[in-house]
Amino acid sequence: MRPPSPSIPEKEFLFASLKASLRLDGRQPLQLRTPELTFGPELGWVECALGKTRVLAQVDAKMVKPPPERPFEGMVSIHSEISPIASPEYEFGRASEEEVTMTRMLDKVLRRSDTIDKESLCVIAGQRVWHVRLAIHCLSDEGNMLDCACLAGIVALRHFRRPEIEVVGDEVTIHDPTERAPIPLAIHHSPFCFTFAFFADTSIPPILDPSHLEQRLSAGLVSIALNAQREICVLQKLGGVPLAPDSILNLVEIAVSRAKELDRLVDDKLKVDWSGRRVEFR
Amino acid sequence: MSIILPGEHVPARHVNLKLGPGLLQLSSPDKRRGIADEGLGIISTKAGTLHHSTNQSKWWIENNSRRYVPAQQESVIGVIILRSGEGFRVDIGSAHTASLDGLAFEGATKRNKPNLKIGCLVYARVSLAHKDMEPELECFDAQTRKAEGFGELKEGFLVRCSLKMSRLLLDPKHFLLPLLGHRFPLEAAVGMNGRIWVNTKEMKHTIAATRCIEAVDPDGGGMDERGVKEFLNALDVE
Repeated sequence: MRPPSPSIPEKEFLFASLKASLRLDGRQPLQLRTPELTFGPELGWVECALGKTRVLAQVDAKMVKPPPERPFEGMVSIHSEISPIASPEYEFGRASEEEVTMTRMLDKVLRRSDTIDKESLCVIAGQRVWHVRLAIHCLSDEGNMLDCACLAGIVALRHFRRPEIEVVGDEVTIHDPTERAPIPLAIHHSPFCFTFAFFADTSIPPILDPSHLEQRLSAGLVSIALNAQREICVLQKLGGVPLAPDSILNLVEIAVSRAKELDRLVDDKLKVDWSGRRVEFR
Repeated sequence: MSIILPGEHVPARHVNLKLGPGLLQLSSPDKRRGIADEGLGIISTKAGTLHHSTNQSKWWIENNSRRYVPAQQESVIGVIILRSGEGFRVDIGSAHTASLDGLAFEGATKRNKPNLKIGCLVYARVSLAHKDMEPELECFDAQTRKAEGFGELKEGFLVRCSLKMSRLLLDPKHFLLPLLGHRFPLEAAVGMNGRIWVNTKEMKHTIAATRCIEAVDPDGGGMDERGVKEFLNALDVE
């Protein structure tokens, strides 16, 4: 069952407070909720939280035979699903609009933007390649699940390390992580996604990282995915209020500065986790 | 007090026994499972901690959850989602929508019925809650036909919280609402369905109240009295 739209008092209060540049959680209009990254015991297991929105990302890799048309490339697949665990408004079995949007966006941001060097995943051309599988689990939806999922996905890919392999002729030996240090994936760049919400009332400025209520009451979302090197990967706007080219350029500028901050934060977190992790050698 | 899981047998025995939330007396004691030999055949239907009054006449289970299951005589906050002929359909956050009769208001007659729009908030009492029927609400006391504080909630803002938080706020000894009331004038209605309506004169006060409720929520931060005082000072609400 779709929940009813927010009640009149909620709607009126939110619009009035946004007009006064006040957000319900005390943020500035263009302020991101600080992401919390929790790394699990395994490599490639990351839980990302933006406020009460929580997404779990997990990466694993296995050896497969590549398709004959691409014998030199490894495979990357992304599995994402929004189940009723995130919010009662999602139904089991039936793909909701949000789920379709999110799956397509994750595919564009993390796979089609060539984040992972696929040729480096090749073991023996035409015979053996790595298949990297990224699973995204949405645990709780308190708004802006897309940005959270993208962040969890890229951090998980950067956190993951695949086992070292050795090729002698046609023989492939996979070394156990306890024998030889596992190696990270070859990652070209780290795209981050930023979602802005617009409102029908043009006196309300656009806001970054909308909460659930803000998202429900918005009249249009713009998602920009880009990396800290100022390269835009995806710009998505699915209908909603019309926007002037200038305002889009403004958003891109804001997203660039946020991407730089986020990139530093992710680098630091990964470094701290890696230094606290003991990888055993024998 | 002990931890209990759904389906466990509860050793409740009293001449004037009252069962609270989460407890069920089986209508036909299940002989197969041998429950009949163990007393009145009372089992738990949810996980939580088991409590009883000092003379063991009242038993109930306490836990925290986010989805509301209607129970008779509980006051709830609902959103009108449909007007249908005689009454309204109201979303109270339960699995099914509740129905609210157009005559279940103070002073309502066949000619003079309240005019609630879709999206309005109402504070109401659950007058019928049965597991096989959809819940029914009323906005007055059926005996006195007086509003007793129920009815439409105008303006203000709706905060959503866990069910435990709304039960805590109904406790007159809980610190939060008096503490907020000392800082600024405040109107609040607490629904047992995890919805709290707050209204103040100024926007930043409503936002401060919202943030405090979310911070104190055991499901969110579980902040204590001292923490809230510091938090309010940092918010600069004067």
